[in-house]
Amino acid sequence: MSDDLQGKQRLDRQIIALRVAKEFKDGEVVNLGAGIPMLASNFIPAGREVVFHAENGVLGFGEVTLPGEGDLDLVNAGGQTVHPQPGMCFFGHDESFAIIRGGHLDISVMGAYQVSEKGDLANYMIPERQVGTIGGAMDLAFGAKKLIIAMNHTTREGEPRIVKKCSYLITAPNCVDLIVTDIAVIEVTDRGLILKEVAPGWTPEEVQSLTEPKLIVDPDCHDIELM
Amino acid sequence: MPINKIVASFDEAVADIEDGAVIMVGGFGTVVSTPSLLLEAIYRKGVKNLTTVSNSSGFGADVWRMQGAPFPEDMDILVRNERIKKAIVSAPVSALYVNNFEKLLRAGKIEIEMVPQGTLAERVRAAKAGLGGVYVPVGIGTVVEEGKEKKTIDGREYLLELPIKADFALIHAYKGDRWGNLVYRGTSRTFNPTMAGAARVTIAEVDEIVELGELDPEAIVTPGVYVDRVVARPKIAPAEEAEITDAQALESRRRYEAEIEDSIKAAKERGLRHE
Repeated sequence: MSDDLQGKQRLDRQIIALRVAKEFKDGEVVNLGAGIPMLASNFIPAGREVVFHAENGVLGFGEVTLPGEGDLDLVNAGGQTVHPQPGMCFFGHDESFAIIRGGHLDISVMGAYQVSEKGDLANYMIPERQVGTIGGAMDLAFGAKKLIIAMNHTTREGEPRIVKKCSYLITAPNCVDLIVTDIAVIEVTDRGLILKEVAPGWTPEEVQSLTEPKLIVDPDCHDIELM
Repeated sequence: MPINKIVASFDEAVADIEDGAVIMVGGFGTVVSTPSLLLEAIYRKGVKNLTTVSNSSGFGADVWRMQGAPFPEDMDILVRNERIKKAIVSAPVSALYVNNFEKLLRAGKIEIEMVPQGTLAERVRAAKAGLGGVYVPVGIGTVVEEGKEKKTIDGREYLLELPIKADFALIHAYKGDRWGNLVYRGTSRTFNPTMAGAARVTIAEVDEIVELGELDPEAIVTPGVYVDRVVARPKIAPAEEAEITDAQALESRRRYEAEIEDSIKAAKERGLRHE
């Protein structure tokens, strides 16, 4: 890839999370994975009721607390302490995954190393270390009604993460619905990958040059909207 | 004679756990959900060649001391002291730093069977419920399906996942009584009630023992029938003067907390902070 794209301004992690949070509708049940996705729980407008689920057995928790200020027995799946809120409930692990596997989650958001044009997800083997952690990722990828991936568009070396076929071991086949990156928002459909939004200052052609499979540019493709 | 499952000490609670035992360990990853003092007692007893069944392989006591947890040991005490022969585990390594489990794995000093978290829960539950296995859709089309029987039910493919039985289940609960009835606290419930009753002997480490009848029958999470021994944590944590040594883990924790602070700041700037 060209050096001028390498140095070009991209969205930071907080802004990616802000864009992800825009997907959560009133009344939806949402699970957030570690990393960028978990930041999205901080970006829900007042008055919108989103029910957050965490694998460690809680539904309906509130915002993340400042480090050191919360109750260690009230944490999200990343171990961050969160605020209690009315309606919240707790359960054990078998129940927690019955909720996930049984199709009771509307949205799951995770990070990824690679996503293929068919929506295959690779996010559990750490590429440079050849070890991995499956954790709850497979259950979530198989069980959620809608799977959103939040990630950087390219690797540190500038290689595309959106690929024709995953070269890493996959977490689940054909499971991703939407990809939010630091330069674009892309929908995975039966027709192929549809470029819906680009980061400010980026053109669809530039996004394509950092993406391995062919993108279909939506006629309404526009700058990323955050709120 | 009155039923009394209460044992006086952690050492007594684990006295019959021998080399080569299969042990389930409750909790998620956070130390407060973990039976820390039972793990310490097993370490003190010196047993080795264990097969462990747990969600994670621990972060190590330093990380939890930094958070102010009064009982900071987790699975890492068995990992770093090389007491484990084989780990059946869902989340063995960290994307953020190289933990002790990964070091042993690289050195060929530990066997691993990695299981998706929900499948782990269901295989444990199958053992507890006396099932011969469960058909699970998770893992179809991935390495998880290798060597497993497949069955199509109502047009969807499933894998046959077999029960995981253990000799001992070590769990952590908030309150327990002499019958072994248990309640938990917040998000520290996790694998603890799932594992209770899935082993030949279930040992519950509780924050507090209460009189029989004090726990609301409507709110008891684990019926005492699943529990064989109950042992209470000391009221006041032993003083911790230990030096924090795992610089990599601490740095990873520091970055993690900095990101939470950034995120709260970003939310405030956009008028999205409600607390």
